[in-house]
Amino acid sequence: MAFPHRPDAPELPDFSMLKRLARDQLIYLLEQLPGKKDLFIEADLMSPLDRIANVSILKVRSLSLRSCPSFLFEQLCFLVRPRIKNMRYIASLVNADKVAGRTRKYKVIFSPQKFYACEMVLEEEGIYGDVSCDEWAFSLLPLDVDLLSMELPEFFRDYFLEGDQRWINTVAQALHLLSTLYGPFPNCYGIGRCAKMAYELWRKLEEEEDGETKGRRPEIGHIFLLDRDVDFVTALCSQVVYEGLVDDTFRIKCGSVDFGPEVTSSDKSLKVLLNAEDKVFHEIRNEHFSNVFGFLSQKARNLQAQYDRRRGMDIKQMKNFVSQELKGLKQEHRLLSLHIGACESIMKKKTKQDFQELIKTEHALLEGFSIRESTSYIEEHIDRQVSPIESLRLLCLLSITENGEPKRLQMRIYGPEHLLTFSNLRRAGLLTEQGPGDTLTAVESKVSKLVTDKAAGKITDAFSSLAKRSNFRAISKKLNLIPRVDGEYDLKVPRDMAYVFSGAYVPLSCRIIEQVLERRSWQGLDEVVRLLNCGDFAFTDMTKEDKASSESLRLILVVFLGGCTFSEISALRFLGREKGYRFIFLTTAVTNSARLMEAMSEVKA
Amino acid sequence: MNRTKGDEEEYWNSSKFKAFTFDDEDDELSQLKESKRAVNSLRDFVDDDDDDDLERVSWTGEPVGSISWSIKETAGNSGSTHEGREQLKSRNSFSSYAQLPKPTSTYSLSSFFRGRTRPGSFQSLSDALSDTPAKSYAPELGRPKGEYRDYSNDWSPSDTVRRLRKGKVCSLERFRSLQDKLQLLEEAVSMHDGNVITAVLIFLKRTLSKEILFRELEVRQIALRHLIHFLKEIGDQKLLLDLFRFLDRTEELALSHYREHLNIQDADKRKEFLKTCIGLPFSAEDSAHIQDHYTLLERQIIIEANDCHLESAGQTEIFRKHPRKASILNMPLVTTLFYSCFYHYTEAEGTFSSPVNLKKTFKIPDKQYVLTALAARAKLRAWNDVDALFTTKNWLGYTKKRAPIGFHRVVEILHKNNAPVQILQEYVNLVEDVDTKLNLATKFKCHDVVIDTCRDLKDRQQLLAYRSKVDKGSAEEEKIDALLSSSQIRWKN
Repeated sequence: MAFPHRPDAPELPDFSMLKRLARDQLIYLLEQLPGKKDLFIEADLMSPLDRIANVSILKVRSLSLRSCPSFLFEQLCFLVRPRIKNMRYIASLVNADKVAGRTRKYKVIFSPQKFYACEMVLEEEGIYGDVSCDEWAFSLLPLDVDLLSMELPEFFRDYFLEGDQRWINTVAQALHLLSTLYGPFPNCYGIGRCAKMAYELWRKLEEEEDGETKGRRPEIGHIFLLDRDVDFVTALCSQVVYEGLVDDTFRIKCGSVDFGPEVTSSDKSLKVLLNAEDKVFHEIRNEHFSNVFGFLSQKARNLQAQYDRRRGMDIKQMKNFVSQELKGLKQEHRLLSLHIGACESIMKKKTKQDFQELIKTEHALLEGFSIRESTSYIEEHIDRQVSPIESLRLLCLLSITENGEPKRLQMRIYGPEHLLTFSNLRRAGLLTEQGPGDTLTAVESKVSKLVTDKAAGKITDAFSSLAKRSNFRAISKKLNLIPRVDGEYDLKVPRDMAYVFSGAYVPLSCRIIEQVLERRSWQGLDEVVRLLNCGDFAFTDMTKEDKASSESLRLILVVFLGGCTFSEISALRFLGREKGYRFIFLTTAVTNSARLMEAMSEVKA
Repeated sequence: MNRTKGDEEEYWNSSKFKAFTFDDEDDELSQLKESKRAVNSLRDFVDDDDDDDLERVSWTGEPVGSISWSIKETAGNSGSTHEGREQLKSRNSFSSYAQLPKPTSTYSLSSFFRGRTRPGSFQSLSDALSDTPAKSYAPELGRPKGEYRDYSNDWSPSDTVRRLRKGKVCSLERFRSLQDKLQLLEEAVSMHDGNVITAVLIFLKRTLSKEILFRELEVRQIALRHLIHFLKEIGDQKLLLDLFRFLDRTEELALSHYREHLNIQDADKRKEFLKTCIGLPFSAEDSAHIQDHYTLLERQIIIEANDCHLESAGQTEIFRKHPRKASILNMPLVTTLFYSCFYHYTEAEGTFSSPVNLKKTFKIPDKQYVLTALAARAKLRAWNDVDALFTTKNWLGYTKKRAPIGFHRVVEILHKNNAPVQILQEYVNLVEDVDTKLNLATKFKCHDVVIDTCRDLKDRQQLLAYRSKVDKGSAEEEKIDALLSSSQIRWKN
């Protein structure tokens, strides 16, 4: 269990610096407004903030943006994401003050950056100038020793549904910051339209501020950028490695999870940080769930044995034991009972929802057999109204793996607004319809007539991304995503990355990364790239490696644009152990199937 | 950069105890004093500007370990490289700048739209800082936000776009010819920064007629998507619909119009609004849904009014026993069906609230209907209704039990609703597949079914094993014992 890294595995860079930079900058910004102030922190920023600055140190008098504020001070400071609705809210407060004849100082701090559209709203609402604006460029939160999150879940919807590229600059800035701190990246690879754009913009930034990274030794040898829409399938699957399962069941938020009374076996909930510092969690996070129980009970027995040792002790030994070991044992005891509680709770929930059958269906879809049974399972799932999000997820999985929506299913029972959700899913390419292209071609040809020159190419691009076929089956064959197994797949001793899905499927995203790293290029993968509809968006860029140490060349930064799942992280950690690499993950947010689906639903403005 | 946690705590704690005396007029807040003290201790490394006229208190009034302290720490620890020290220097100069009286306004969209910025008055804090060298480990920290000297209007489109990307003040007013405007847009698009694309689009939207804007965007898909998203976000529904109309995207037009209903709270108004959606160019399938949506809400309004009345009158037993938890308005179809199976099960088909009427009107499939009705009646423990739900008569008048969803599902749903064992037993017995039956019976402790099935299977071993699962001295145990000792049965094992 808990496979150790190979002895020659490189050390990870220290990312805690990022936290300190962000904290210092925030304090600096806040001190720009001297004196007492009411601080409003947008709910979405609370958890990230909590991770970098002990909020109690800051003594924040924070109020949720929606709650009716009771003002104490003559200065108001808003710490918000750059969103239109926030601007409107602030405007309503400021204008109400104006009507009441009060003068106050207002400051808006946008994180990670301000948008012109927000300023436009401030201007339109007539409060431009009354409010001063600033930016808190906090875009990289180290959630763990090898995981950096931008905490921008809206990236997914904004880019992959709406086609808005507003976060690309944020990504480029983040990459720029990383290269300033940790040296240049000698080898760059990427796949996806967004990846390419982010890469180009980042390069532009580096050119502009030439010299900053020059002469520095690279600490991280490779960077790999990947768009979420290159691989929706993996993100849509039920997760079965422990960390993924905890995320699917309890929702890990910003690296911590709220375990309810059913887990803590007391009457209160407990907020638990889940990272490498939790020794118990560290050992089981990447494990297939079926191993976790055995591991935990073994651990419990060991713990008992250690406690028992004290029986034969004399006073001196006892003193040693109490002063040196007991605290550690108690801590371990606490963690152990928490994770056992979590496992039990997961088991209970999963048994209730026929998890076994669900997984069977998913595997059948991935492998492409008994489609009819799977379809009728999904139909029944909908009929039983198990959960709209689950049903949508299964529909999308069916649609992408089968390249079409075999039959319109009875989703309307969940509520009429699912009409809008379906339309969104189709636009994002999460649902593909059979016989695609008909309507689009009509529009396309109409538009093409209007166009003469180079713009025509762009239009075809835009349309081909709309009419994207998934080609999952062909890709799966080409990349060997479904391992051939003789007999049982031993989940205790994983052979390949497929273990994260019970040996049934190697995550497509991770396989692509593996293949490219092996070749140090896209060579020989042309057909795969074509099937992924990424013909123009797969790139490599190598600089001379004279300065890169062999150690740094085994450090790889993987950038997921649009989110990555814990299963993918586990799979790549496994790959790293096999090959002597270490992976570092940078994601716009940690995601899972439910979050993807929720991002696609329409709610009132 | 590997200060340990311990160090950090020590530093936070120790910074508080810097002894300092300070004359303070504001006596009512002792905390304030303390933080002033902390702030004053910065003097060691900020310029010696006189800042008496400006309160330099931490923002909570608490003695926060001051920013400059932490900066010193950070910079000192960042490998103590040359840059590190330079960074420290530049930050110190920030602190001194920070003590300048601040003008209220700052760099702005409006200023770049206005074309010229008034010198001086628009000088913002960040502007003032822009001259400091910002070469540091943290480029964001104190990054110059805008250079206020932007009077020369001769930035090229690409320069302009680059400045916009950096968040700097930049006038767009000089791009007056269509060609210039479009070139600006092309530059923004090729830069890939959506924020800049939107900024240019805001400018174009303001300075071009919508026909021209639409026409030009039609052949610039990336920019077009940004405009559409922008219009959605700011809620400019009218222009959005015009745009879809111009583009001939009829389905998006219809969906976008339909989407507005989400923002209408009042049920009657929403219903009226939905009426306007019927007949919009949706796909054939969606059209049917829209029609259904309208009809459903219309029904719900009637049912709601009626049931509200019944409930408050207090004459109807079902409402007295089971008060409604929420209004039925805007609930999905299936919830409405459940509601009607719960409160209006026995009503004649002619009434709007009867389940059968709903089933017919909305063409609810049999399976769906049975599942919902079963759940509702089981919740009320109306076992006779449950029975009737699965009873069919054939042409000879024989009754037969039939379940379109399979009896194994029926059992599960009944169990979820805490049906008594006798009822469960009856339906477990109806499960056709013997293995499933045995599993369910074991799971739900229908002892008789398990015992009888084992007997029918002549499976002595399994029966023997099951004996340990029933209570000692119970009737079940007796029954098992009787069977086991029976000489009538020819056991297979």
